[in-house]
Amino acid sequence: MTATTTSTTAPLLEIRDLSKSFGSVQALTAVDFEVRAGEVMALVGDNGAGKSTLIKCVAGIHGWDEGEVLIDGQPVTISSPKDAARLGIEVVYQDLALCDNLDVVQNMYLGREAANALQVLKEPVMEAKTAETMKSLRVTTIRSIRQPVATLSGGQRQSVADARAVMWNSRLVILDEPTAALGVAQTAQVLELVARLAEQGLAVVLISHNLHDIFAVAHRITVLRLGYSIGVYEREKTTQQEVIGAITAGVATKVSGIAEEAEVIA
Amino acid sequence: MSTQVESGLPDLDPTGVAAIPYRIREAIRSGNLGSWPVVVVLAIIVIYFGFTADNFFTAVNFNNTILQMTGTTMLAYGVVFVLLIGEIDLSIGFVSGVAGIIVAQLLVPESGHQIPDIGPIPAGVLAIGVALLACAAIGLFQGSIVALIGVPAFVVTLAGLSIWQGVIQKALPEQVMGIQDNTINNVAGYFFSDSWGWAIAIAGVGVYAAIVIANFVTSRRHGVSVRDPALVIAKLIGVAVLAFGAVAICNHDRGVPFALLLVIIMLVLLTFLAKRTTFGRHVYAVGGNAEAARRAGINVARVRMLVFMISSMMAGLGGVVLASRLQGVNVAQGSGTLLIDAISAAVIGGTSLFGGRGEVRNALFGSMVIATIANGLNTQNRTAGVILIATGVILLLAVIIDTVLKRRQTRAGR
Repeated sequence: MTATTTSTTAPLLEIRDLSKSFGSVQALTAVDFEVRAGEVMALVGDNGAGKSTLIKCVAGIHGWDEGEVLIDGQPVTISSPKDAARLGIEVVYQDLALCDNLDVVQNMYLGREAANALQVLKEPVMEAKTAETMKSLRVTTIRSIRQPVATLSGGQRQSVADARAVMWNSRLVILDEPTAALGVAQTAQVLELVARLAEQGLAVVLISHNLHDIFAVAHRITVLRLGYSIGVYEREKTTQQEVIGAITAGVATKVSGIAEEAEVIA
Repeated sequence: MSTQVESGLPDLDPTGVAAIPYRIREAIRSGNLGSWPVVVVLAIIVIYFGFTADNFFTAVNFNNTILQMTGTTMLAYGVVFVLLIGEIDLSIGFVSGVAGIIVAQLLVPESGHQIPDIGPIPAGVLAIGVALLACAAIGLFQGSIVALIGVPAFVVTLAGLSIWQGVIQKALPEQVMGIQDNTINNVAGYFFSDSWGWAIAIAGVGVYAAIVIANFVTSRRHGVSVRDPALVIAKLIGVAVLAFGAVAICNHDRGVPFALLLVIIMLVLLTFLAKRTTFGRHVYAVGGNAEAARRAGINVARVRMLVFMISSMMAGLGGVVLASRLQGVNVAQGSGTLLIDAISAAVIGGTSLFGGRGEVRNALFGSMVIATIANGLNTQNRTAGVILIATGVILLLAVIIDTVLKRRQTRAGR
């Protein structure tokens, strides 16, 4: 698949000069970031690069000190996860935040249950909508949407969390390390789902340490290092070596037995 | 594991009678046995005493067992909610005593706090209302400390255990107080006439059938398949057999006790609350993964406080039943094995101590096991010591099963 973005459309999410410090620790310094609708934007960086901090700013977990966040070109304030949800931003955290004891339908509607005025649950409505969402995302490996999430495999659990994120008319889905805990087959399954989200017109931010995964689905790659945005690379026009170089500040770790690359662009 | 089937629809469960062996295998694999172990244990206990104890299989003893277990069952219903959020409430025994004493104080002339009937509402009903409100306040107090300050519930309710026992002793300097109020004494002392008994059974089964049909219709309307229609019909027949069978036995003796109706009504109400309302769903969510619940926008502190209020109110209702059985209160109200029996009932019934797994009916089944053991051993003229040991052993077995299931469940499918 190729990036379907055009230069005329404004990015769905744009971050300009964002800075954030925790006490004396400068977590983000004038970071720029953007993602367009229908695009998978990878966000990479070493531990402590500021990926999580950046995402938490957008998700409304904590505020930022300086800079602007724009949705559809309009500056917005995001002071709580509810604000983020209202703007169509959903985050799937690495731990997935699923309740193992509840079934797929119950997890999909967690905290947003369909109910009447007397708070009585509308179970058939929720079940039908869940089945529809799963079908539209072609998540077909889950045998019953009425089975507890505890009985699902890691890839299926990730699919449930992702499906939950897109079910709520969200426009931007942020996936934090969706494949970190998965085997090969399940990773492929989840990456396929990630690609499908973008095909459906959502903006997808993919945080990952695994460049293989990123080069499989991302259209563009933003690199952070020590709280600075280092650059944006188009998947088609870059190499894993170049991105690794950017992540590690051009200092390639020498591993015995492997021939050294001629040069690494910082 | 069965093979994965590629199909457009996610729901690939086998249905109908054919699904039953599959369901059983799946349940064992995933550690979701539900109420089946306790029902089997109960059946074994009943059969054992039926053969070994004289006067066990009599209508009088059936009614006596129901009256003996009603108070504990009310407490155990509340315990299920507390266990569902992964907490514990050790104060319920004496909270139930506090409710009994409030009722006594409000109805006994010598107390100096006697209240009159207000219009058509008898004083007894008012007294029960006041007692339940007071218990709700106790639950709110203890629950707030747990939910807002973050003190472990174990310690908060252990303090409560001491405090409310002290309150009971201070409130009853005369040691005992007899209650002559009809409303109170009828709670555990009233028996419906034979025809009323049949009428209640017909109404109950009718309402249950209506709900089953209504569920079926709404599911159809939303294009959601009804799982295991054969099982639904089997359940309906089972409920009818149980209802009419119980009434037949009760009518052999003094009739259907009001206490039995209370047990069933509270079972239905609380099951509805737990399974069919957003609040109930949030209770399970908090018990399953409190952090996930919080991030999903559920007010976890509010859920916790409400659960402790339910626990205390059910203890209060149980306290009224116990006061009614004694036709009075004494300083030992709420002491003895009440607390242990109530928690044991919920756990023996299959409610997990780890939170998030269990149902209200577990408390009833567990309560039936405990009451049947006590009653059976009593009819065999065994001592209280034997009863305590037997109850303890069964509790231990239940907790071992719970722990093994928990391990299985976290392993299943990963």
